[in-house]
Amino acid sequence: MTVKVQHALGMAPQQDNATPLKRQGATSPVGRRDALTRLASLLVFVLVWHIAASIAQTSTLPAPLAVFERIAAETASLVLPEHLYITLSRVVVSFTVAMLIGTLIGIAMGHWRRLDLFLDGWLVLGLNIPALVTIILCYVWFGLNDTAAIIAVAINKIPTVVVTVREGARAIDPRLMQVGAAYRLPPWRTFCHIYLPQLQPYLMAAARSGLSLIWKIVLVVELLGRSNGIGFQLNVFFQFFDITGILAYTLVFAAIVLLVEGLMLRPLERRVTRWRG
Amino acid sequence: MLDIDITRKTYPDRGGQPHVALQALRMQVQAGEFACVVGPSGCGKSTLLNLVGGLDTDYQGRIALDGQAPEGGIGFMFQEPRLMPWLTVLQNVELVLRDDPQGSQRARALLQAMELSEVLDAYPGRLSGGMQRRVALARAFVIEPRLLLMDEPFVSLDAPTANRLRVMLVDIWRQRRTTVLFVTHDLREALALGDRVFFLSASPAQVVLNLPIALPHPRTPTDAAVQALHQDLLQRHPELLAGGVESTARAHEEFARA
Repeated sequence: MTVKVQHALGMAPQQDNATPLKRQGATSPVGRRDALTRLASLLVFVLVWHIAASIAQTSTLPAPLAVFERIAAETASLVLPEHLYITLSRVVVSFTVAMLIGTLIGIAMGHWRRLDLFLDGWLVLGLNIPALVTIILCYVWFGLNDTAAIIAVAINKIPTVVVTVREGARAIDPRLMQVGAAYRLPPWRTFCHIYLPQLQPYLMAAARSGLSLIWKIVLVVELLGRSNGIGFQLNVFFQFFDITGILAYTLVFAAIVLLVEGLMLRPLERRVTRWRG
Repeated sequence: MLDIDITRKTYPDRGGQPHVALQALRMQVQAGEFACVVGPSGCGKSTLLNLVGGLDTDYQGRIALDGQAPEGGIGFMFQEPRLMPWLTVLQNVELVLRDDPQGSQRARALLQAMELSEVLDAYPGRLSGGMQRRVALARAFVIEPRLLLMDEPFVSLDAPTANRLRVMLVDIWRQRRTTVLFVTHDLREALALGDRVFFLSASPAQVVLNLPIALPHPRTPTDAAVQALHQDLLQRHPELLAGGVESTARAHEEFARA
């Protein structure tokens, strides 16, 4: 976690300074070359996979082409989009819940030492409890329903958000907050324009690590106690030893996560850190 | 009129023994007056400003602006510019405005007067220290303050830049006639800017001398008249800047005679 925060705070701007042209995207020559490199890396991955599958000649390692055909078939029959939609909804809801609650607790713990001391033990417990345990307990206590599933995922994520945001709340510069106080700014204005921007790198780090953690846990939750979603489908394919199906669903989901990162998180971060440039 | 009467201001010390920062501190600043406060470092000058500015309300005594507790309409310039690095120059100035239809226009006009029209949309990180302070100065004036508090705002600037900023400050101040309380440890700066200079003792700070200055504005710390006044003060009260309280009575007498 600490490493991630440092990355978000210190390393990223330095890297940005080192390669300012990268930020201009695919329109500049350097940006285009970078995009080509990424594309080449992807092609090499598929090629290696193809060669390995040709040599192995086994149903447990299907060739890329078979997997792509399967993706097309599952998409055409609307089975994949439906499960994908359900899983993504769960990811979005539990991500939002975890970020909101985690941020509130993190800010509170960063500001009040007494509360920090009081909750710190719970936090350590929350950080170390295996995801599987919270999932089982939530299903047992709240029943096999979506609420239980979302609570289970949120509980797994909240502690890491708290730890990151608490770090940010501790790093708030009191001298800048004094400006708001001296000019008698309304609390909401101070929060939006003086407080939140200082917390932003930490929120970003929490969101980044949150997304990758949450979608993995959502699959487990679905596998254990839901009758739809990607996780449920993967379990079905596992029963039938349908590796092509497993790889098809995994690839699609991984692609979506990459798109969210590339099309939403990264542009958002670029926008809010423009002033560092 | 700004009326300050602080009976006692203490800080909790680490050993549990309270540290007295200010005690029996009284000063009055007339409306529209430029008052400077000088004193040895660590004597509680910044504490005084924080109390007047309402950043710290934990003290015994009374501070009144035109007969009321100062609430709003106070411009504050800190030792550092304290601009929000994520806001542009213009946004930084507009940040402190409240539902003011003319505010944005005034912000632009002030920034133009500060010769910052070129960098309205730049982020503070790209500006020099002197430019950042000009932005902070515009921010302090944009609310059309009834009272302007300044905490050694030109410290750590090179002399020509600091002088240029002082000229700008006095220019705007003369146009608007805001009441100013300007804290500094630099006696020459105080003599150059102030209509009145309060000398503070070492901690716990009290006013040891209240010196009105009749020289015409604008003046700089290097003006002959300011230099002469400075020399004269140092000769007559060498202990004054050391903040010796014993010298108070004598200094008062001599100034009454002079």
